[in-house]
Amino acid sequence: MARRSVSILNRLLANPPSPFTALSRSITYMPRPGDGAPRTVTLIPGDGIGPLVTGAVEQVMEAMHAPVHFERYEVLGHMRKVPEEVIESVKRNKVCLKGGLATPVGGGVSSLNMQLRKELDIFASLVNCINVPGLVTRHENVDIVVIRENTEGEYSGLEHEVVPGVVESLKVITKFCSERIARYAFEYAYLNNRKKVTAVHKANIMKLADGLFLESCREVAKHYPGITYNEIIVDNCCMQLVAKPEQFDVMVTPNLYGNLVANTAAGIAGGTGVMPGGNVGAEHAIFEQGASAGNVGNDKIVEQKKANPVALLLSSAMMLRHLRFPTFADRLETAVKQVIQEGKYRTKDLGGDCTTQEVVDAVIAAFE
Amino acid sequence: MSRQSLSLLKNLRSIATGSKIQTRSVTYMPRPGDGKPRPVTLIPGDGVGPLVTNAVEQVMEAMHAPVYFEPFEVHGDMKSLPEGLLESIKKNKVCLKGGLKTPVGGGVSSLNVNLRKELDLFASLVNCFNLPGLASRHENVDIVVIRENTEGEYAGLEHEVVPGVVESLKVITKFCSERIAKYAFEYAYLNNRKKVTAVHKANIMKLADGLFLESCQEVAKKYPSIAYNEIIVDNCCMQLVARPEQFDVMVTPNLYGNLVANTAAGIAGGTGVMPGGNVGAEYAVFEQGASAGNVGKDTTEEQKNANPVALLLSSAMMLRHLQFPSFADRLETAVKRVISEGNCRTEDLGGNSTTQEVVDAVIANLD
Repeated sequence: MARRSVSILNRLLANPPSPFTALSRSITYMPRPGDGAPRTVTLIPGDGIGPLVTGAVEQVMEAMHAPVHFERYEVLGHMRKVPEEVIESVKRNKVCLKGGLATPVGGGVSSLNMQLRKELDIFASLVNCINVPGLVTRHENVDIVVIRENTEGEYSGLEHEVVPGVVESLKVITKFCSERIARYAFEYAYLNNRKKVTAVHKANIMKLADGLFLESCREVAKHYPGITYNEIIVDNCCMQLVAKPEQFDVMVTPNLYGNLVANTAAGIAGGTGVMPGGNVGAEHAIFEQGASAGNVGNDKIVEQKKANPVALLLSSAMMLRHLRFPTFADRLETAVKQVIQEGKYRTKDLGGDCTTQEVVDAVIAAFE
Repeated sequence: MSRQSLSLLKNLRSIATGSKIQTRSVTYMPRPGDGKPRPVTLIPGDGVGPLVTNAVEQVMEAMHAPVYFEPFEVHGDMKSLPEGLLESIKKNKVCLKGGLKTPVGGGVSSLNVNLRKELDLFASLVNCFNLPGLASRHENVDIVVIRENTEGEYAGLEHEVVPGVVESLKVITKFCSERIAKYAFEYAYLNNRKKVTAVHKANIMKLADGLFLESCQEVAKKYPSIAYNEIIVDNCCMQLVARPEQFDVMVTPNLYGNLVANTAAGIAGGTGVMPGGNVGAEYAVFEQGASAGNVGKDTTEEQKNANPVALLLSSAMMLRHLQFPSFADRLETAVKRVISEGNCRTEDLGGNSTTQEVVDAVIANLD
């Protein structure tokens, strides 16, 4: 008798119940009448792997019967500027999903990504770098949200050649923009039950510019006594990120440092292929892969169609939440996390060998 | 050999119970300004009302939730709703209500029904589900009862034809039946529910309940992936207590909804724990899901051991409605933890704690 029970018990222990089955129970919420009306979202596939991963999102939304339909627009990184109709569309729909736009090096063409953010005043960029269960990395317990100022700083685009061979590039920091990004970071921490906000800076060198940024953060911190606030110099920050990432919670940064910190944090937690993120302003929101390391994939990935759709799928789950469809968002996130955890369908950047389509099919199969 | 199995069993049990109820962490990007505090009208009401609404106020305070309450004194025996109450709800759009007693007879109309009609809160929603850790005679219960709130038997149109003969009009309109059916299917769609069941007695009330059924059938055609069926209300009551797992979302006219909701609440753990609310196109009033038509016994009120769980879970629904999902999740998790631990329960759940003790336990369990 005991022999039989030992073997049964061993089998039970070997397959513990999946943590994700508990998540899929619907939470109690009472929608308003009319909340189910489909919403329109502007879609910009973009360059490189962009069309591949946005295609993945479209397929998954279709499979879920999500109340979202996409208005697609062709935008390519080498265009001189973003077409008028695209801006109109985003202003009308308020929400946009973007694949990726390549920004050519040099050449005098300004970045279309930057142009979109400035025109729509999308001042905050948010990346959630978190260990995905089942994906083994060198760093554990990473759960960092990097909130980056999106419109000024080193990316103002104000450069001029003083005399031939001498170029000045202006880094502009304003009280207005620093205050609003600090306010957004603390509000985010408050609404999401986060305990700490860290400001990243280099004010020992750029005493006035980064000093102004820090002053604004300190002002706002006074309004949130329940949230811890500290500051860290950006070089130390980069080292701490790779040594002890668990000390960081929410990080608020100016434009350039945010770009670097976000990509580093994404890298330690599993790679830019899986981190969700988005850009938000007072009126509009653009969702895209959290951190893209400034590229839209190399040619080989585009040819073999092996881009990782996970980051954009998780960002589109954030988008569904933003559009007030929490149940669809939860189903999508659960399915994606289950696929990652099972480990059979992973693209090259996660150590596997699947194509984008295979991952999409696995996600669709994981819906119940 | 049995020693081995004993240690394996212990291992398994620690995995099972070690999975403490966790707050789900979801990645979401708020809009700037989303953290601004929202005002909510508060109606403590009669009986256990003030006790349980105070419980909610304490927990909101402890969580630093971005919500502040505008309280109004309303009692069930008032002739009509007080001045300023309706303006307040129309301004805030959201209200939290303890309970208003409706006196039997006497010609005073129900203030609960008045409120619903004035604000056109046409749908009442109760989510009846087994809470982990709370044993009940029925397992696998997860029923959402969506009840039409403004017409039907509760139209309030009664008259005495001749002395000793009274007619009470049950009014069913296509307009109201369609909109409640539309809401029920929309709810099912947005919440990944698989089935909608219409409850009726159209074999007897062929025209009235027949009209209700027709409206449901019309709307069902637009949602081909949601299963739709109909059940006669007497059979429904029996099926609820025999095999409740067959039901998912139920859409009903006014009276049947009242009865079905209270029955479903009872089988899943009692009216003391089920969350619910009332919603219309513009406003929402949250209150205990099903209250069995009373506001608590006098002894419960005196001893202050009313169960605050139902109103706490409803206020979590309210936080979600106000777009504060993180706070809603924390509150729900804390309440579920307290229930599953089992040492702090009020009388209706078999324990003997007071309301305040349950509130303190919930606050201690917030993370």
